[in-house]
Amino acid sequence: MGLRRMLENWSDLRKRDYYENEPYMWGMAIDLDKCTGCGACVTACYVENNLPVVGKEKFASGYAMHWMRIEHYWTEPDDSPEIGQKEPSDHPERGAHFIPMMCQQCNHAPCEPVCPVAATYHTPDGLNAQVYNRCVGSRYCGNNCPFKVRYFNFFDFWKDLPEPLEQQLNPDLSVRSKGIMEKCTFCVQRIRAGKDHAEDEGHPHSVEDGTIVTACQQTCPTQAIVFGNLKDKSSRVHQLWADHQVKLNRHEQDKPEDVRGYRVFEELNVEPSVMYMDRVRDTEI
Amino acid sequence: MKDIEWSRINKDVLESLQSPRPLFWVVIAICVLVVLVGVGAEKYQYDNGLGVALMNRPHYWQLYISNFVFWIGMSHSGTLLSAILLLTKADWRKPIYRFAEAMTLFSILTAALFPIIHLGRIWDLYWVMPYPNERTIWPNFRSPLLWDAAAITTYATSSALFLYVGMIPDMAICRDNATGWRKPLYTALSLGWMGRAREWMAFRKTYVIVACFLVPLAVSVHSIVASDFAMSIVPDWHITSFPPYFVAGALYSGCAAIITLFVMLRYLFRFEAYMTEEIMEKIAKLTFAIALVWNFLNLGEYVSIWYSNDMFEKEVLIQKFIGPYAPVVWGMLICAMIAPFAMAFQKVRRSMWGMFWLSIVLQLGMWLERFQIVSPPLASNHEPWTWSVVWPGTIQLTITAASFAWFTMLFLLFCKVFPSISMYEVKEMAFHRRREGLHDEVENIHDIQEEIIKTERGLT
Repeated sequence: MGLRRMLENWSDLRKRDYYENEPYMWGMAIDLDKCTGCGACVTACYVENNLPVVGKEKFASGYAMHWMRIEHYWTEPDDSPEIGQKEPSDHPERGAHFIPMMCQQCNHAPCEPVCPVAATYHTPDGLNAQVYNRCVGSRYCGNNCPFKVRYFNFFDFWKDLPEPLEQQLNPDLSVRSKGIMEKCTFCVQRIRAGKDHAEDEGHPHSVEDGTIVTACQQTCPTQAIVFGNLKDKSSRVHQLWADHQVKLNRHEQDKPEDVRGYRVFEELNVEPSVMYMDRVRDTEI
Repeated sequence: MKDIEWSRINKDVLESLQSPRPLFWVVIAICVLVVLVGVGAEKYQYDNGLGVALMNRPHYWQLYISNFVFWIGMSHSGTLLSAILLLTKADWRKPIYRFAEAMTLFSILTAALFPIIHLGRIWDLYWVMPYPNERTIWPNFRSPLLWDAAAITTYATSSALFLYVGMIPDMAICRDNATGWRKPLYTALSLGWMGRAREWMAFRKTYVIVACFLVPLAVSVHSIVASDFAMSIVPDWHITSFPPYFVAGALYSGCAAIITLFVMLRYLFRFEAYMTEEIMEKIAKLTFAIALVWNFLNLGEYVSIWYSNDMFEKEVLIQKFIGPYAPVVWGMLICAMIAPFAMAFQKVRRSMWGMFWLSIVLQLGMWLERFQIVSPPLASNHEPWTWSVVWPGTIQLTITAASFAWFTMLFLLFCKVFPSISMYEVKEMAFHRRREGLHDEVENIHDIQEEIIKTERGLT
């Protein structure tokens, strides 16, 4: 941010819809009813984004670098009658509920204003970008992220990569060194490639829906993940958002109770770009 | 304070620069050793990455940040004691303000180390400062960390200036008596001070102006440190009352530190005639009053969280008292909330070693307070999937210990090289007390001028 630009456009930059006239605004919709918790998306993300595999011990100590993770939440099993004074659970089915969690690319991202060096900022196409080269590792963004989806390189993980495996690294993006923060980018390398491709074909401001596919979306066996341009009214993701009456600004939202669409921690006003569709459960016993 | 002969003042204080008790050298040696171990730990962390410090996700901040807050806090009461008490003309500050100012400077220098140690990429530290560069990239002025960087550098510069300005007349006394390597040092630092009335006039004005500048600055510095937490959205960090709470906590732990150093210096440099029980009682009363303010704000914070009925914040608050970090929180409450009530008794207030140990307990309490501000909210944050408990590892604890040693080392070396009691102010105090048997009640500038000229005769 240049000083002149900063002084002149300070209020503009903070305005809502500053990027209103941009052609893109990337968003996602994830159907939890379709998610089986298989973890294929996580694996795909590791492969696509050069994520380090840290090993069992470091994973357990909280150094895991999975930009995408499957969170399991367990319904408390019904207490058997002889033990149970407790109320039976709402949901008769037992087992886990899954929710794939990755950077929600918030439009009011709490991580952005706190970075002392502006290493994380909002791109015109609605991404919450992380500039690895600029990051000094204060980790404030990681604290301020309510989803805790920012991952810090506590070690030089790439040094642990055994000999031939560096050949499998994705050349489209860098390998991160120790001391910097990283997170899900919505596969920004694929987005950039898709936009370049559209430009080459002569329609620079309209990428056809479905040509840009994120790694997790590509791999999901049940096609639970839909990715696309929220500003393109014909895109699938826009349709889903409209169907579920989810709006970017939650104060404009007027959604009935029985609609499945919701965004995680909406009430914090962070305006996530990822909508989840709640799992439908049989509440009758 | 009983009358001190003027001729004795110079002699006593100058002697402290020459021959402290042997324990002084033992303390210095231990401090140097611990600092070296700490440097080793930092080197290890630098080479291997921050993971060796046992921070993890979601515990991105831990002991380094709580130490940072602790040391910044400690730096505050030096300013309080010298600047605010100067402006309110409390003359009992005179024998003790010099070391309190030195404490301010060295604790802020210690505090400034922690954000550096804490950074992932120390080698890019300077990016945090706004400096013109050919890429026209500026830091993010919205970030509290940037305000921190600005506040710390401003505060360090101004408190160094304040300390130095207040020392100029004493530098001249030292210059007149020094031999060897000290002679050129004091000559340069005394800026050719001759003790003329005009110099005193200019000096007084400068000193008061710097003091007036420093008081609001000190308040703003710790408010900014508080905004590191208050400006975030982490539950139990995002609290409106944090700035005053932090300022009160800073003055509290700082006053406790003054008491510790008071007793230490009194013993090591044989200042029994200057650092009297009367003064100790006054500091103890001040500390007690600040402790009560802090207690009030602390309880107010709990109450406001409780009645806010915010799901996340309430959860963190409950976890603080019954969760994995409960020993820290209860330890804090016992040491910093209950222990200060011992100062309600005059017997405690007037006992040197009693106050010494009490001040250590208070500081421990305030150190734990900083830890419980930083860690428990991260352990039970918004996202239950990431809840985890981490205790600081060996590296963090070593570096913490080294920071205490680093501070003590700098402080004691300062006291060895520079007079840790302000000679001219003590003389002034003795003069007024002898003449009037009362406090310094000089009202107008002509009186001050007259006083200065008279006081000057006491100087060598």
